[in-house]
Amino acid sequence: MTTAVREPVKSERRNLVEMHWDPITRIVGNLGIYTKIDFDNREVVECHSTSSMFRGYSVFMKGKDPRDAHFITSRICGICGDNHATCSVYAQNMAYGVKPPPLAEWIINLGEAAEYMFDHTIFQDNLVFVDWCEEMVKATNPSLLAKAEKAEAPHAKIHGFRTIADIMRAFNPFTGSMYLEALQVSRTTREMICLMEGRHVHPSTLYPGGVGTVASPQVFSDYFVRLLRTLDFVKRAVPLNDDLFDFFYQALPGYEKVGLRRTLLGCWGSFQNPAVCDYDYRRMTDWGRAMFVTPGVVVDGKLVTTDLVDINLGIRILLGSSYYDDWEDETMFVRQDPLGNPVDRRHPWNQTTLPHPQKRDFDGNYSWVMSPRWYDSRSDQLLALDTGGGALARLWSTALAGIVDTPFLKATGSSVKMVLPKSAKFPEMELEWKVPKWANTIERDRARIYFIAYAAAMAVYFYEQAMIEVRAGRTKTFSDFDVPENAIGCGFHEAVRGVLSHHVVIRDKKIANYHPYPPTPWNASPRDVHGTPGPYEDAVQGLPIFEENGREGFKGIDIMRTVRSFDPCLPCGVHMYLGDGKTLDVTHSPMLGLGG
Amino acid sequence: MALTGDGTRAQPASNGVKELHVLWISEGMSCDGDTISITAASQPSIEDVLLGLVPGLPKVHLHNKVLAVETGDDYMVPFWKASRGELETPFVLVIEGSIPNEKIDGDGYWTGLGVEPSTGQPKKLTAWIDELAPKAWGVIAVGTCATYGGIHAMAGNPTGCMGLADYLGWGFRSAGGLPIVNVPGCPVQPDNFMETLLWLLYQAAGQAPTIPLDDALRPTWLFGKTVHEGCDRAGYYEQGDFARDYNSPKCLVRTGCWGPVINCNVTKRGWMNNLGGCPNVGGICIGCTMPGFPDKFMPFMDEPPGAVLSTTVSTSWGSVVRRLRTITNKTVTLEPKWRHNRPELTTGFNPRYMNRGGDQR
Repeated sequence: MTTAVREPVKSERRNLVEMHWDPITRIVGNLGIYTKIDFDNREVVECHSTSSMFRGYSVFMKGKDPRDAHFITSRICGICGDNHATCSVYAQNMAYGVKPPPLAEWIINLGEAAEYMFDHTIFQDNLVFVDWCEEMVKATNPSLLAKAEKAEAPHAKIHGFRTIADIMRAFNPFTGSMYLEALQVSRTTREMICLMEGRHVHPSTLYPGGVGTVASPQVFSDYFVRLLRTLDFVKRAVPLNDDLFDFFYQALPGYEKVGLRRTLLGCWGSFQNPAVCDYDYRRMTDWGRAMFVTPGVVVDGKLVTTDLVDINLGIRILLGSSYYDDWEDETMFVRQDPLGNPVDRRHPWNQTTLPHPQKRDFDGNYSWVMSPRWYDSRSDQLLALDTGGGALARLWSTALAGIVDTPFLKATGSSVKMVLPKSAKFPEMELEWKVPKWANTIERDRARIYFIAYAAAMAVYFYEQAMIEVRAGRTKTFSDFDVPENAIGCGFHEAVRGVLSHHVVIRDKKIANYHPYPPTPWNASPRDVHGTPGPYEDAVQGLPIFEENGREGFKGIDIMRTVRSFDPCLPCGVHMYLGDGKTLDVTHSPMLGLGG
Repeated sequence: MALTGDGTRAQPASNGVKELHVLWISEGMSCDGDTISITAASQPSIEDVLLGLVPGLPKVHLHNKVLAVETGDDYMVPFWKASRGELETPFVLVIEGSIPNEKIDGDGYWTGLGVEPSTGQPKKLTAWIDELAPKAWGVIAVGTCATYGGIHAMAGNPTGCMGLADYLGWGFRSAGGLPIVNVPGCPVQPDNFMETLLWLLYQAAGQAPTIPLDDALRPTWLFGKTVHEGCDRAGYYEQGDFARDYNSPKCLVRTGCWGPVINCNVTKRGWMNNLGGCPNVGGICIGCTMPGFPDKFMPFMDEPPGAVLSTTVSTSWGSVVRRLRTITNKTVTLEPKWRHNRPELTTGFNPRYMNRGGDQR
């Protein structure tokens, strides 16, 4: 079984140079990339991805009150902590059998939409684009910069930059105009998060059962005026990104192969629809499909499922190159899901994590990240899914599913159409993201900017829905609940950079097992026990080098662009640990987690 | 007389530092949330400081993983130089994340930054701290993980991690003669950090005296008051009027808020640009700025044990106060009786023109 899109490269009789980048900067968390490069043939032959930090979340969650889970797990991530808090609240809602009032769901959707807008903006424009800016291109591809100086930008009338080089200059760090504007936009959008969720990055007003946000008209007007102010930026940013990326395809033939891997994308869905969602596992297929970002798994360009139950049962956590001992003989917490389906021993509900710090050995164990895979029952394969940096998988899954249909956003089966209303400088504008030919570095980056438009269009819709509730006097934001003696729960959400799941097992009203699986373990995973490399490794191995520098002065820019296109967030990657404390003897059938 | 707008007072003092590096290490047990937080600051913003827009500050070179242009070995250059004492200018060391106990890491490591050339293994955070902290002009611990241990130092944690002062010793003094400066918060409130950095930069430039810190090494002007003292819901407490669940805009103490005993200015300052916050916007205070965080405040959603007595007392006399205030409120809700449209003036003014029949002139 292989998930690589290219044939494995034979490394004998090649002149290989070992090069590493550790730490990778302009990401969140600790990541190192170790490669072997064939400069004669301008190709990366081998890649290992490693993380050098371990914190150990699940151990200190074990035995704690399950209502503390979202406060604690928010602290897993410093840029998308609110995604974790939200996902944990979803899992708790299932475990407690509580359905929040509709207004609470609209408030969370508004907060999360703002999070996508903030996070994608700051990551794209202030972190990723430093790799595409004039200063960098001058250092890595001077002849390309010369071409860019002469290349007219097709959408100059909209974004105001005459040439592609002008666009590149606009992203020079701390001096470029788009760089500085994006920092400001990332603040306005974070203010929007603070209005709905209290704080960024660890929210204060989210609870199982709803939110504490004061749902007066004021909080929504404060949000909406900021959203409108941001629309001008979004309307410029999308065509500007198109111009820059299309230029790369055009000016560097073959650049589509940079970061290319087989299309293996996972999306766990985002934005609950309160008209359908009741958090009952037995109806999860239906309410999952009602989400305003459709969950799905895309294999070789085809949507193989949109069913959250399928998605849930297919998750497998493998070892192979990670600093942990195996848990084959440990407690099975959940043998069947509430629908009676068998649950695998390698599923997060049944994971026991046994850390074993050791020296780094690239022929053995070399990372604190584990290797999550998704079992595709149709092909009997364990797929190393990636998230495409989040946006690519969300757009791809939603587009193919063709389910989402709102006044501002429609999935067509092959594209997503978004309508952004009139704003100060631009009239109403329709943008369309079309399923691309490749899952590669450029398309991951391009999708990110389109998803900002997606989130903005949905935010307009969520605002209108929230105001319908407020104007009708339905301002309750919280439903009370009791913590059951025993229960299980799972939450599915999209962290900004991709799939996010939280699995909880409650025994005696305490957490017996809790395993969050954020996007980065999927993307940054090392080789698994079957030898399948993780997505970063897979995308970098065989990567053609376009950088003009030879071995001396080599920056590895094409590698850096590729790794960053996945939006690495390593605190999300490494947090799992369940100590070898009390073993829970489970002889009864698993609780369904439905009601008290 | 000439106006004194010639900028002389805004220049670094002649014996002050004119240029310095900020070496920011977020490789503690952290989520990088404090780094992300400072990009939200606007009072002042990080670019205001780096672009020299704040008069009187030294020129600042920031080395922070998330915001760096360089990557890998290129990024590590100033860190290695500083560790050998070869940086041309003084530096401030910022530590983010709690410090793991590497005495219990077997043959491996809990966290590292860069590569140790002699072994090819990650260079441990603790090795960096050992080398850099004594050489730094000043040392800042940002966020509750670095200041006191925080979430990752919760009971039952596997890494044995701790705050920076627990690691270096509470009596530690930097090369500039300063104790560690702690700016707690989970994450740090964006402007709280920038304001602290600003003070230290002014101090380095010879423009400000030594930063005032309390016993927990926190800037006194930021952490000298409690959440409750700044909370716009404290009035409900006074009246014994408590939220029973999270639907309510009233005082949240009975639903888990620790505000009355927590040192933090979030209710005064908000989270960003004076927006958001915690109990003021419906989020219980879970004590995230405190050395006792998180264990002493869990389970977060239950009423703090110490609040039971005080809220009971407050409820009994507060309900009387509230009833009296309700009466007063009704009184002041009525307009004064002289506001009417009758053909007479009852305001108390005595119009002479009416009495004298219009013969004023």
